[in-house]
Amino acid sequence: MTMADASLAEAPAERLLVALRDVLAAKGIASPAEIAERIAITDAGSAAQGAAMVARAWTDAGFRARMEEDGARAAEEMGITMRGAPPLGVLANSAGVHHLVVCTLCSCYPRAVLGYPPFWFKSAAYRARAVRDPRGLLAEWGTHLPAGTTVRVVDSTADYRWMVLPLRPPGTEGWSTDRLAGIVRAGDMIGITIPSA
Amino acid sequence: MNAPLTPGTPVRVRDDWPETRGPVHIRTPHYLRGRSGTVRRSLGRFPNPEDLAFARPAPLLALYHVGFDQQAIWGEGTAGDEILVELYESWLETA
Repeated sequence: MTMADASLAEAPAERLLVALRDVLAAKGIASPAEIAERIAITDAGSAAQGAAMVARAWTDAGFRARMEEDGARAAEEMGITMRGAPPLGVLANSAGVHHLVVCTLCSCYPRAVLGYPPFWFKSAAYRARAVRDPRGLLAEWGTHLPAGTTVRVVDSTADYRWMVLPLRPPGTEGWSTDRLAGIVRAGDMIGITIPSA
Repeated sequence: MNAPLTPGTPVRVRDDWPETRGPVHIRTPHYLRGRSGTVRRSLGRFPNPEDLAFARPAPLLALYHVGFDQQAIWGEGTAGDEILVELYESWLETA
């Protein structure tokens, strides 16, 4: 680290970051350029990418089948960079089953297709309640499921990242994929909310 | 490597608490230790993260989606609701 770097790195977290970056480079584990590239890929992730996948799945049965089979491959088909990202699993909601994604251990989130998680996704309150009282949580979010719907909470604990493929809402018949994508929010793709026309 | 578990196989999560014995990295949530569930799907094989976290040689382990009955786990909730969790074969016992 040069003196100029040292004077810039005043906050403890920044000093730690600079030190970690230097150690990774010194040990040949990751170069500063590789780290910068990874940050750029992560920054490029946004819910608009996931929404575009959902809209296409709603209008293209072949794509939907490929997406349910292998989310990462379907994302790449849409031009989304998945290199270095964990496998992406797709949880298709149906008339009888609603999925809700949580990571009780930490904060696993399908960043490649949804971007950074909302702050509450990492909170102890969300992680505890999603897995224990999912219906209470959904009700507080104003998410009302039809009677008879089973709730399946997906605790993202290991090597996959999971996104929900929501049901296409009524009243969207004949819409273009762009218009459909415009009503799909990040929350819809982890199942805390459901899209509406 | 154990024999592959097919969907529908009843399994029990080992009632083991390695964190009481020293530093560990574990992907099996506390609330499922010792609990019974059902294999839903095979998710492939991955290097054991419990070894990766300590830069040890990490053998490939089978990873499964295992379903647990919401009411059986918490003693409350709605009949039929389920918790679906990724678990490694090393944590699963067959009944």
